[in-house]
Amino acid sequence: MARRKSSHTPVLTVKGLRKYFPVQRGFLQRVIGWIKAVDGVDFVIDRGKTLGLVGESGCGKSTIGRLILKLLQADEGRIMYQGRDISGLSEEEMRPLRKEMQIIFQDPYGSLNPRLTVGQSVEEGLRATGIKGHGERKTRVAHLLETVGIRPDAADFYPHQFSGGQRQRIGIARSLSVDPSLIICDEPVSALDVSIQSQIINLLKDLQHTLGLSYLFISHDLNVVGYLSDTVAVMYLGHIMEYAPAEVLYDNPLHPYTLALLSAIPDPESGEGHHVPALTGDVPTPFNPPPGCKFQGRCPLVEDRCRRREIALYTVNEGHTVRCWKVVGKR
Amino acid sequence: MLLVQDLKVYFVSDSTVARALDGVSYEVRTGETVCLVGESGCGKTVSALTILGILPQPPAQVRGGKVLFEGQNLLDLDEKELQKIRGNRIAMVFQEPMTSLNPVFTIGDQISEAIMIHEKGGEREIRKRCIKLLQDVGIPSPEERLKDYPHQLSGGQRQRAMIAMALACNPDVVIADEPTTALDVTIQAQILNLFRELKQKRRMSLLYITHDLGVVATIADRIYVMYAGVIVEQGDTAHIFHDPRHPYTQGLLASLPTRTKRGGALHTIPGTVPDPAYKPAGCPFHPRCQFAIDNCRSQFPGMCDYGEGHLSRCPVLYERARPPHGAA
Repeated sequence: MARRKSSHTPVLTVKGLRKYFPVQRGFLQRVIGWIKAVDGVDFVIDRGKTLGLVGESGCGKSTIGRLILKLLQADEGRIMYQGRDISGLSEEEMRPLRKEMQIIFQDPYGSLNPRLTVGQSVEEGLRATGIKGHGERKTRVAHLLETVGIRPDAADFYPHQFSGGQRQRIGIARSLSVDPSLIICDEPVSALDVSIQSQIINLLKDLQHTLGLSYLFISHDLNVVGYLSDTVAVMYLGHIMEYAPAEVLYDNPLHPYTLALLSAIPDPESGEGHHVPALTGDVPTPFNPPPGCKFQGRCPLVEDRCRRREIALYTVNEGHTVRCWKVVGKR
Repeated sequence: MLLVQDLKVYFVSDSTVARALDGVSYEVRTGETVCLVGESGCGKTVSALTILGILPQPPAQVRGGKVLFEGQNLLDLDEKELQKIRGNRIAMVFQEPMTSLNPVFTIGDQISEAIMIHEKGGEREIRKRCIKLLQDVGIPSPEERLKDYPHQLSGGQRQRAMIAMALACNPDVVIADEPTTALDVTIQAQILNLFRELKQKRRMSLLYITHDLGVVATIADRIYVMYAGVIVEQGDTAHIFHDPRHPYTQGLLASLPTRTKRGGALHTIPGTVPDPAYKPAGCPFHPRCQFAIDNCRSQFPGMCDYGEGHLSRCPVLYERARPPHGAA
């Protein structure tokens, strides 16, 4: 597949991305505060690579996906697709780019139109890309379904006639119909059973390999993210807390939050009850967070200065950054 | 303590009979944590609801089997007798704390209701017990939380409140149906630690239902693996994880994505879980099984004994594992 830019330009570069949602109250809907959903996020996705975005609910990971697709308008920051700044583009100007960037959702049933046959759903995308001939579209649909492991003659069935895993495959086929180069996967396997989950994970890996796709893989499951991603960003309340190549992050995690997350995953490979001290407290709301480090309320290493001012991302090694001065020994 | 014997529950409609439970037997002993693990639709929740007699009948029909609690068959009891046991001796914690708590009553009201149904006591005394319960499940400043409504608590706190309600009458057995599935990992770890702690302190038995093998590994003493309404393997946690003997258990464990498996393709179990209304003849797993032989397609397999309580419903692998002289 011919791609326009040289292989050195990252598929996606995000710089200083920010999105605050107003919280309104009362008859006049006065703004009483802000939810800092995404609060200055930077990352890069290289061609054919996967960035895993991991964090607990409310950390802003899904908002990032929607900001990139411009389903939500960012307050600040730059989104560069293949080296081109798309953050200021109008809806009209975005349209040709839409087919380059696709999204797969968690609930495939909610994202497929129940009144359209699977073939029609997949075909919609083809029509949007301007493939005119009816016959040609039909052949493409059959081919796409085959690519994701669905019998091509299933095109005439409706979504409810498929199982969850098959529906997710159809969702993937639909997003592939426009020949994208970047796919945002928003918890694509969270709703699936273990035996089906591994089928979809393998499918995503195979497609990446054969079609040269790049993924932004959003998930709360560190096991899945660790398995699939090349680079991992750990998010907490709108901030990236740690950013590193997957092997580095899992072998040498530095941020106390990353450590807590990793030790909280029940490990099926240990096979014995291992008792880990769990992180205390709840995930705080992103509504009017206190100044300073966002993790201060639950951090075992917290001290006074963490509460005073915001902490920068420190570079530990090439490609490994962490938002904590204690672990990098900064004064 | 709790013994389920050859339980058969079918869902009957005009045209189909879905065999949700097809002769399921398991046992929960005093003070132990037993995990029922399986994928959606395998019947693990149906079996729990049957124990407590809260399965809607119809459409469900109990077609056979026994649920023995201290020697008494719960299936023979009428509603009144069951109520004395339900919530009092056997309690349940559900997956979704938000939908199982009543949104228009305070946490305090709901916990004291659970106590008052089964016991007498003055208002003061019950309030004291509620506070103690909330303390036990690790809810900070319990006096104030009593006055809160469910929506004022976070997901983890709500689940703690549910657990407090379940513990209100000091039950002998707690059935927990996917209690951490809706929670974040760090909160899940807290709740799992809480269960472990409570079990030790109160010497209660825990029947823990989940699809998450990671959770199973950290909490279970013994495990029953279910597939399509049948127990396919049972044994100690170490047996199931380190020496699985059923192709389904083996497949499940191999298909878990972990970072140590990075690089290579993940093992997959082909196909999907069968529709309970159209289960295949013979072994229910045979269409997805790489070891299936002709016998598997026609004969329902029996349990094969590997010793020390480790049983697996796969004669094919049993034959293979047996030393040639038949010594084992």
